Amino acid sequence: MLVMKPIIKILLIGFFLVHYMSSGAAAQEQPVAITGAQIITVTGETWENGVLVVQNGVITAVGDAATVPVPADAEVIDASGKIVMPGLVDSHSHIGEGDGGDRSSALHPDVRILDTINPRSDTFRKALAGGITSVNVMPGSGHLISGQTVYLKLRPVNTVEEMLIWVDEESGIYGGLKMANGTNPLRQAPFPGTRARSAAMVRAMFIRAREYQARVHEAQNDPDRMPARDLALETLVEVLEGKRIVHNHTHRHDDILTAIRLADEFGYRMVLHHVTDAWKVADEIAASGYPASIIYIDSPGGKLEAINLLAKTAPVLEEAGVDFGFHTDDSVTDSRLFLRSPAFGKREGLSRRKALESVTIANARQMDIADRAGSLEPGKDADFIILSGDPFSVYTRVEQTWIEGEKVWDIEDPEDRKYAIGGYDVFQGGGYGHHHD
Amino acid sequence: MTRINIQNRYTYFMLKTNTVSHTPAGSKYKHGNLQMKPEIKSKSCLRPAPSTKNLDMSGRNFFMLYCTSSLLSAIVGVVIIMTLLISATSATAQKAIVGDTIYTMEGDPIVNGVVLIRDGKIERVGSVAEITIPADYEKFQGSVVTPGLIDARSVVGLAGYYNQDHDQDQLEYSHALQPDLRAIDAYNSREELVGFLLKNGITTVHTGHAPGAVISGQTMIVKTTGRTVDEALVDSTTALAITLGSVVRSNFDTPGTRSKGVSMLRQELIRAVEYAEKRSNADPERRPERDLRLEALADMLDGRLFALITAQRSQDIMTALRLQQEFGFPLIIDGAAEAYLLLDEIADAGVPVIIHPTMVRTRGDTENAAFDTSQKLSEAGIPFAFQSSYETYVPKTRIALFEAAVAVGYGLDRMTALRALTIETASLFGLDNRIGSLQNGKEADIVIFNGDPFEYTSRPTHVFINGRLLHEAN
Repeated sequence: MLVMKPIIKILLIGFFLVHYMSSGAAAQEQPVAITGAQIITVTGETWENGVLVVQNGVITAVGDAATVPVPADAEVIDASGKIVMPGLVDSHSHIGEGDGGDRSSALHPDVRILDTINPRSDTFRKALAGGITSVNVMPGSGHLISGQTVYLKLRPVNTVEEMLIWVDEESGIYGGLKMANGTNPLRQAPFPGTRARSAAMVRAMFIRAREYQARVHEAQNDPDRMPARDLALETLVEVLEGKRIVHNHTHRHDDILTAIRLADEFGYRMVLHHVTDAWKVADEIAASGYPASIIYIDSPGGKLEAINLLAKTAPVLEEAGVDFGFHTDDSVTDSRLFLRSPAFGKREGLSRRKALESVTIANARQMDIADRAGSLEPGKDADFIILSGDPFSVYTRVEQTWIEGEKVWDIEDPEDRKYAIGGYDVFQGGGYGHHHD
Repeated sequence: MTRINIQNRYTYFMLKTNTVSHTPAGSKYKHGNLQMKPEIKSKSCLRPAPSTKNLDMSGRNFFMLYCTSSLLSAIVGVVIIMTLLISATSATAQKAIVGDTIYTMEGDPIVNGVVLIRDGKIERVGSVAEITIPADYEKFQGSVVTPGLIDARSVVGLAGYYNQDHDQDQLEYSHALQPDLRAIDAYNSREELVGFLLKNGITTVHTGHAPGAVISGQTMIVKTTGRTVDEALVDSTTALAITLGSVVRSNFDTPGTRSKGVSMLRQELIRAVEYAEKRSNADPERRPERDLRLEALADMLDGRLFALITAQRSQDIMTALRLQQEFGFPLIIDGAAEAYLLLDEIADAGVPVIIHPTMVRTRGDTENAAFDTSQKLSEAGIPFAFQSSYETYVPKTRIALFEAAVAVGYGLDRMTALRALTIETASLFGLDNRIGSLQNGKEADIVIFNGDPFEYTSRPTHVFINGRLLHEAN
């Protein structure tokens, strides 16, 4: 069935290569060495006097200054007194001014946010000011399935194609699928009016997708026997085949368990997003094996599903053994202050190691990009940030953000700095009309 | 000014909120205020002191059972009264708070200091070396001790955390001009968010009607405790909430523009000027019939209420200053997202600012909000305070401390921020004789933190109001 996918892939990659290569961003041939800083690799050691060497957009060496030589031809960045850590990975955000499905249906697996992103959006600069380098940009939660998400690297480029992070070039995967349960998708028909109807509609569509998958399989690439292409079902087949991860908005404890029940039934991969009540069903989440992505907000409430939102969710999930991270849900929380979320988890007892993972490698795993992002390891993309102090201190500022060996944001540059501070018409009110009633 | 919350072991004084005095208050900015004189509550049944837990209902239910049953035997009654007295005694026991650093807000911080509390008031403040803690004082200890924090502008108690119709009383949509709406008539002292503020170190909150109407109603000041609004009340009628800007037109058909909103406001103020003249007529026969709307505005024009004008855009801030020039009311600017464009104008007008939450979303009228505006206000010598403000969605309340913390993170001086959360805001509202600093004789509203109050990873371990321990972290 996926005969068209290589074509899509070729088109997109071709577009990407032409633009990206011509922009020169990947031509970082001279090595860059960051020296003097404490280097937090996240997955390995934290080096008190570390050296990070990057070249051609990837990390070539990282370690203690005593053992990692600085290449003779390297541009040396003296970061003495600073802290260097991986660029932050935000697993759930609405920056980029994109949109998703409309009111014609509650299920839109065919809809791509890719087609609506504004790569020049000031919200991307805002995220860079917060140290975010990779982000899962999603449509909203007002549908059972609101559309396909995109995994973006926040390269300062002109087209969304140049920002894509390819998970699986063979299958054409550069994002997940946004789903939601609970009260947000409950509306007038054709939307569901109850939770049970919500689940029934999702099950019915996945059963159709299974049948479609079977018909494609039976056709054995014989064009005469192939079913007519169905963009919605094609996407769900990618989900059923484990190529595309479901990102499932869910708050209440029973909704979390319903999401788990459906994912178990159809065997798809899923991340549980927001998980307000996760602290009530932490053991069940741990047993299910699905990772969680937490939203932290300064007070509980705002809607009935969120009245039990507590900062203790993170340490409770850590204790239970759940693989979890945080997300900004920007503009629900501000991308510039992403590090506040794990800091408040830490306030409630979250370990430092998990706090660091929860905004980096844990989220990269949830997006299938852990081989490239989320930690400082040789061979990975050279995405890192330079901080003025401890990542979890209110007094710490992101000073520089680097993507693939290029400095893309610097607080010392007045043009960049204004995105950290705001005001003076910096932000044009762009942002997804994220409505959560 | 305002209510005096006198508590002793046997009873406490209830307030009467309708006793109006025109005596000017001690505020730096305000020419006067409604005054409420304490009066002994003449109920046959003594009511227990406020619950030690803001949301603890069990004591209340127990007590109501007692109060409503006239058939209970005298013996049972005596036992219950004795129980209550013992409980009240332990709740108001004399206390000593020892801190590594005590920010009194009266001079330099005290290193290794102690605060003695007696009968709900601060008895003495000094260093451990100079103060001997009496043996019968209950001792509390922590890293940092501050006065109870003051949230200068909120809707908590009118707006509840469920965000459903039944708990959203912060804005009435039937008309754009409703100065007669009193905050005391809508305040839910048992609202979860009130307890949430308390747990985060906020002991006093200026709350009431939300921005969003030309005049959305009145505001008041309460402590974040109390089973009833009367028990919580510090000042029943503090300001009229007035809004300039585009948010009004999203709530009402009229006004549909900024200028129409200002026109409606001026017309109403001019009516109130005439009403104020007539009501002060020496001949009672020639005074007008009472008009609650004009009465509230006339009180504002007489300087007894603040005009709390929410103005985010620069043109709205200038309009607020222009109206203040025309009508002479005591003005506080709320929000002021573009205040950095008008520092000289605001400073020259001598008007204080309750700055928008530092983390407010940059969209709509707050599109140009910046993280460093409070710092700029401070440098310009403009008095300012922090607030939790109002959000239609989430967070259902912000925490003024967190908003100040982010401002500090982006460059605001720490002590300036702490003063803005305590003594400066107390002073703005004319309450600095009661709260806002740790000084002998002031109400014992005190927070103990387990570290730097602004740091994300530290938090209040103990919160006291009027000498009562109302929150203790696990």
